Amino acid sequence: MSMMKPEERLAVAIARLILDPKAPPARHVAVGAASPIPAAACFLVQKLGYPIRLSLLSRRTGNPFTEGTRELFDLTGQGRIDLFFLGGGQIDGQANLNLVGTGDWPGMGVRFPGSFGSAFMYMMVPRVILFREEHSPRVFVPKVDNISAPGVSPPGVFRRGHAQALVTGKCVFRFHPDRARFSLESLHPGETVESIRAATGFDFDVEGNIPTTPDATEQELALLRGPVCDEMLETYPEFCARVFNRKAAA
Amino acid sequence: MTPISLEAMAAMVPDGALLALPPDNSLPSVALAKALIRRGARNLRLLGVPVAGFATDILIGAGCVAEVETSAVSLGEAGFAPRFTAAVKAGQIRMRDATCPAIHTMLQASEKGVPFMPLRGLLGSDILKHRPDWKVIPNPFAENGEDPIVLLPAKQPDFAMFHAVMADSKGNVWLGRKRECATIAHASKRTLVTVERVVEGDFLMDERLAPGAISATYVDAVAVAERGAHPVALLDEYGADPAYVSEYARMAKTEEGFAQWLDREVFTPKAMAAE
Repeated sequence: MSMMKPEERLAVAIARLILDPKAPPARHVAVGAASPIPAAACFLVQKLGYPIRLSLLSRRTGNPFTEGTRELFDLTGQGRIDLFFLGGGQIDGQANLNLVGTGDWPGMGVRFPGSFGSAFMYMMVPRVILFREEHSPRVFVPKVDNISAPGVSPPGVFRRGHAQALVTGKCVFRFHPDRARFSLESLHPGETVESIRAATGFDFDVEGNIPTTPDATEQELALLRGPVCDEMLETYPEFCARVFNRKAAA
Repeated sequence: MTPISLEAMAAMVPDGALLALPPDNSLPSVALAKALIRRGARNLRLLGVPVAGFATDILIGAGCVAEVETSAVSLGEAGFAPRFTAAVKAGQIRMRDATCPAIHTMLQASEKGVPFMPLRGLLGSDILKHRPDWKVIPNPFAENGEDPIVLLPAKQPDFAMFHAVMADSKGNVWLGRKRECATIAHASKRTLVTVERVVEGDFLMDERLAPGAISATYVDAVAVAERGAHPVALLDEYGADPAYVSEYARMAKTEEGFAQWLDREVFTPKAMAAE
């Protein structure tokens, strides 16, 4: 089998986080339009034989919702979505997310598209996996300029869960809501604790020897390039062409 | 029900009106947005339910918009919305950031005719901090502690506008599974719908079509605009046109490029005939 692509490593890393027995169960996962790698991870978990319901928000044929995103948020409000993926233009060491923009409100430095549903979803799903491929000091900052969605909440504020982890192009961080800090969980090949420190604007914990993010197994790679890609072709055509070298039939 | 022309529909929308638009995966009427640009609409207030895309960006670029309230403005895979981004930076539009379920909830309150509805989440977000019209109260039903919760005021747009597949002789329109558009129509004072075609009959007499229909009760005008969602996909009728959006994203990076695009795609008679 040909060399593993970085996107494939990330999908496998996310799949392992989804299956983490210490995390709350993932029975129903929703995935947004801008998240092909998390979608690949979810399909991989399905194809490995785990019964998760996966709702792709942007799926054109067979879209799971008959009342659009309103239905997604109502489901989430009730606690019927178990896991969601979020990213951010900026993410800080307390797992605060900024999807609005840098500088003064409403993003007078660099304006990002906007918060989407993050201010609700982050607090209302039992767990969130944060995902951002670009691992640089401009993304991972000591303190976000604007908080779209807070990483932790004071006691008494209704909140079902927190970030479980932050997966980047260089490493995996675990989030600890009790102390509102990330710790380094694993390093992608070629990275060191020092290289991560240099690329990260926020402080994080390092406990013991940090393992390498595992390679995908032959079985996982075969599933990603075959049945997972089949499922993703319609919704994420550009991603499938780039990563799996497969084009949807016209 | 007699359909009106696209230009007549655009003329129904006065300057300064609050228009509710669905996002790029849920039946926006790009044809009506282009007609509003041709009519020279000014000071429109756009409500992106719950996010905004292509139609919003071209309306902003054409100088039709004073205010945008939504949860994000983006061109999807083609990236940031260039005219929106430039207008925020230049202070040309007022941006009222929201979060997706808050927009749905404000419309649901209107739909019910109640003055407000509560929503979980939001506490600790700067979105809430910049929304003096949103209030936090202790949950009056809480058994222990304060349980703070956000209250959102009902929002009633002047117009809902979207593009459906078809209308029938009675003026009902059919939008398939995109029933969140029905909420927008229920909540708005008036609803304008462009369609691919008008068909004989009554959708409400057909048990299979009725659940995806909006009753003519809510629909004030219908105009035929073939491929009226383009470059956005329309259910199983036609797919998106990513090459068209990418070209737009490239040209609209500058004001000059946008003006060229507008001239070619909105103002030239050829473009009008193609719609």
